[in-house]
Amino acid sequence: MAHPTVSRRDFLKVSSTAGAGLMIGVFLPVKERLIDAGLVSGQPFEPNAFLAINPDNTVAITVAKSEMGQHIRTSLPMIIADELDADWSQVKVTQADAHPDKYGSQGTGGSGSIRRSFGKLRKAGAAAREMLIEAGANEWNVDKSECAVSNGKVIHKPSGRQFTFGELTNKAASLPVPEDPPLKSPKDFKFIGKSMPGMDTRSRVNGAAKYGIDVQIPDMVYATVVRCPTFGGKVKSFNSRAAKKITGVKDIFEIEEGVAVVGTNTWAVVKGQRAADIKWNHGKFAKWNSSRIRTMMKKKGLGNAVVAREEGDVAKAQQDADNVLEMAYEVPFTSHATMEPMNCVAHVMNGKCEIWVPTQVPQRVQTTAAEALGVSEEKVTVHVTMLGGGFGRRLWADFVTDAVAISKKIGKPVLMLWTREEDMAHDFYRPTSIHKLSSAMTKKNKATSWSHRVIAPSISGQLSPERFSEGQLDRSAVNGASNVPYEIPNILVDYVMTNTEVPVGWWRSVYNSQNAFANEGFIDELAHAAGTDPYKFRLKLLKNSPRHVGVLNLAAEKTDWGKNLGKGRGRGIAVHESFGSWVAHVAEVTVNSNGNFTVDRIVGAIDCGLAVHPDGIRMQMESGIVYGLTSTLKGEITIKDGAVAQSNFHEFELLRIDEMPKVETYIVNSHEAPGGAGEPGLPPVAPAVTNAIFDATGIRIRKLPIRPEDLRV
Amino acid sequence: MAKYTLTVNGKKHRVNVEDDMPLLWVLRDELGLTGTKFGCGRGFCGTCIVHLDGEPTRSCMIAVGNANGSKITTIEGLSPDVSHPLQKAWIDEEVPQCGYCQSGQIMTAAALLEQKTNPSDKDIDVAMKMNLCRCGTYQRIRKAIHRAAKEI
Repeated sequence: MAHPTVSRRDFLKVSSTAGAGLMIGVFLPVKERLIDAGLVSGQPFEPNAFLAINPDNTVAITVAKSEMGQHIRTSLPMIIADELDADWSQVKVTQADAHPDKYGSQGTGGSGSIRRSFGKLRKAGAAAREMLIEAGANEWNVDKSECAVSNGKVIHKPSGRQFTFGELTNKAASLPVPEDPPLKSPKDFKFIGKSMPGMDTRSRVNGAAKYGIDVQIPDMVYATVVRCPTFGGKVKSFNSRAAKKITGVKDIFEIEEGVAVVGTNTWAVVKGQRAADIKWNHGKFAKWNSSRIRTMMKKKGLGNAVVAREEGDVAKAQQDADNVLEMAYEVPFTSHATMEPMNCVAHVMNGKCEIWVPTQVPQRVQTTAAEALGVSEEKVTVHVTMLGGGFGRRLWADFVTDAVAISKKIGKPVLMLWTREEDMAHDFYRPTSIHKLSSAMTKKNKATSWSHRVIAPSISGQLSPERFSEGQLDRSAVNGASNVPYEIPNILVDYVMTNTEVPVGWWRSVYNSQNAFANEGFIDELAHAAGTDPYKFRLKLLKNSPRHVGVLNLAAEKTDWGKNLGKGRGRGIAVHESFGSWVAHVAEVTVNSNGNFTVDRIVGAIDCGLAVHPDGIRMQMESGIVYGLTSTLKGEITIKDGAVAQSNFHEFELLRIDEMPKVETYIVNSHEAPGGAGEPGLPPVAPAVTNAIFDATGIRIRKLPIRPEDLRV
Repeated sequence: MAKYTLTVNGKKHRVNVEDDMPLLWVLRDELGLTGTKFGCGRGFCGTCIVHLDGEPTRSCMIAVGNANGSKITTIEGLSPDVSHPLQKAWIDEEVPQCGYCQSGQIMTAAALLEQKTNPSDKDIDVAMKMNLCRCGTYQRIRKAIHRAAKEI
């Protein structure tokens, strides 16, 4: 494929239609789409906002990232408005529809929305500011050095004359775009670094916020889809007559992925689905269950592995060692379980398609629907609604295909909604994993080697088996393992791919959640083996990792590390770097003699560089802690007869308010480039808790979730 | 199919639906009141909570027939202008993340404050523990309830 190369200078684009004011978009190289498609790798260029200054003086910012609770519709506009020196009340946010390349990658994931666009958004705001200043200076016929912006106005400093942005915008639009507009000094930031109120908070407390499930359009019908519970299974038969007997059921038919029931309301289609008595050809995977998967993984784990990182000579270190400490850590499959089950509204008509969907990947929705219908992308309009949780689940467009197929068949707009049971049975689960760790020890229990074998299914391998097959390295699967920061002379990190039919996907923090649990549990074991305080032990091995040390120190200081907590109580520490940020947690637990325990407090310290929206970061830390704690204490997905054994929240439990520890978050003061916030708070949770349990009881937990019986001596 | 008269947020609605249709789907699909959410359909998660004659009720678990004649309040009817002390406290504490569960959380909390004007942490645990939040906003929910209690 030949694409024009575009110089970086082209990145700001200005456009103006008569009287519509200044519009600044940001150019995106075609490479973006190739990255999205997984065809080339590279750091995506993600401007993701479109700025228009309207004659009515509003500053309209189109946000192309999906809002799923991370307040991105607040923080991205803050960055632009700051450089522009707009008045916050001028700022209006709209949600971008999908567009193949207007906004760059609209994919919302990898804790990347701010860190990948911070500089570009500042530049866009600064360019608009400079153009407005120049327009004002031209009007007054003065030198632009005498002019400045403040709170949405351009001011001529010597005379005090001023224009609103709205008054100047048409004039500004005809000026050339500055290539390198001056950026503000951080000390002059007005919004960046302040916790601006959430753009969408009001609509989230009065029922007005519109999620995908809330879309209602004229002539719309309702549908649900049920797929074979066994992965890889197919429909054998169903009783359409019985289903159609249900009042309100209009139709029932097979689609590629299962059976669709269509009707006049949700209740009718749910009843129709139950009445249809669907029978399945379960297929080969029906012979599989969790223990068989585990056995297969253990067996493969003994075989060949592909090296991800090798330093020194681990084999020799182990030969020369007085003792080798070897341990295995295990993590189960788990589900995203967003509170809003998967759903999509689609309207296929006259070779076109309009879609309303809560998605993290509007462009993937667009291409998926276009492919399904055999039309070009331009024929597919995708409106992005609010998301009732994402966490990586909505990086897939599988449920979109259902909605499109149904609408195409019936010729009407349809709200396709999965039941909770369907949502739980057909997730892309966080991969289960086994981690074999070992360390060569001297007589004095000093660690001279570190090896970590990651045995896990590969998300990339499932997605593109032609590129990633068994025996090959999926770098993502060793994220958080291959970059272990500890300075131990001989290091070997390798990987064994163990794919099954169970779909796996990007679950908040992806493989960091499993790898951090293994790393940070095992390093704690090495500390105890050496008879050293686990916090100080880490510091000694992190002499060249100042940001790890910074968060460790902050978390330790805030919890009076070293001070005894009393009988039955314990404190554990863990640190992990992911998505451009560093997080340390200290967990405090109380364990009773019967093995029941409570997590009393988690104190987290994050270094995410410059904190653009501090309260947003605190929220994401709190959220990451609860999400991580849920998978530490409960939330296990198991496989029985080739299908997920859990069907709803009585079997797949989430943390509840009465189990909520006291959470404190501290942000390291930094002027480094912004890092991610949505995911980094999660990985160190599990090991901080299991390390705390060890501190309280002397019992080492190496398998999640933790069960009280594990703690009964 | 049967005809029912429901009083929702002070307004009378006549609906003609199956008598086993859960109130949740009557509110959402028939009346277009989509502030009340579907989470699990089996009474486990609390996203669908409304007030039925003042009692917090899982609208996915009560058939429309059993709500006939009752006074129903949904999140849309909690206040006309986001002025309920809980809504204000939710905004001040920036409670919502994705926000999907918050209608149910607020309706449960509102019923709690009707019972107990100054609830303890334990009271909050008991009242709120059947309301799930996947974003993990529990700590802020607790703070916001205490804050609202002070205002009442």
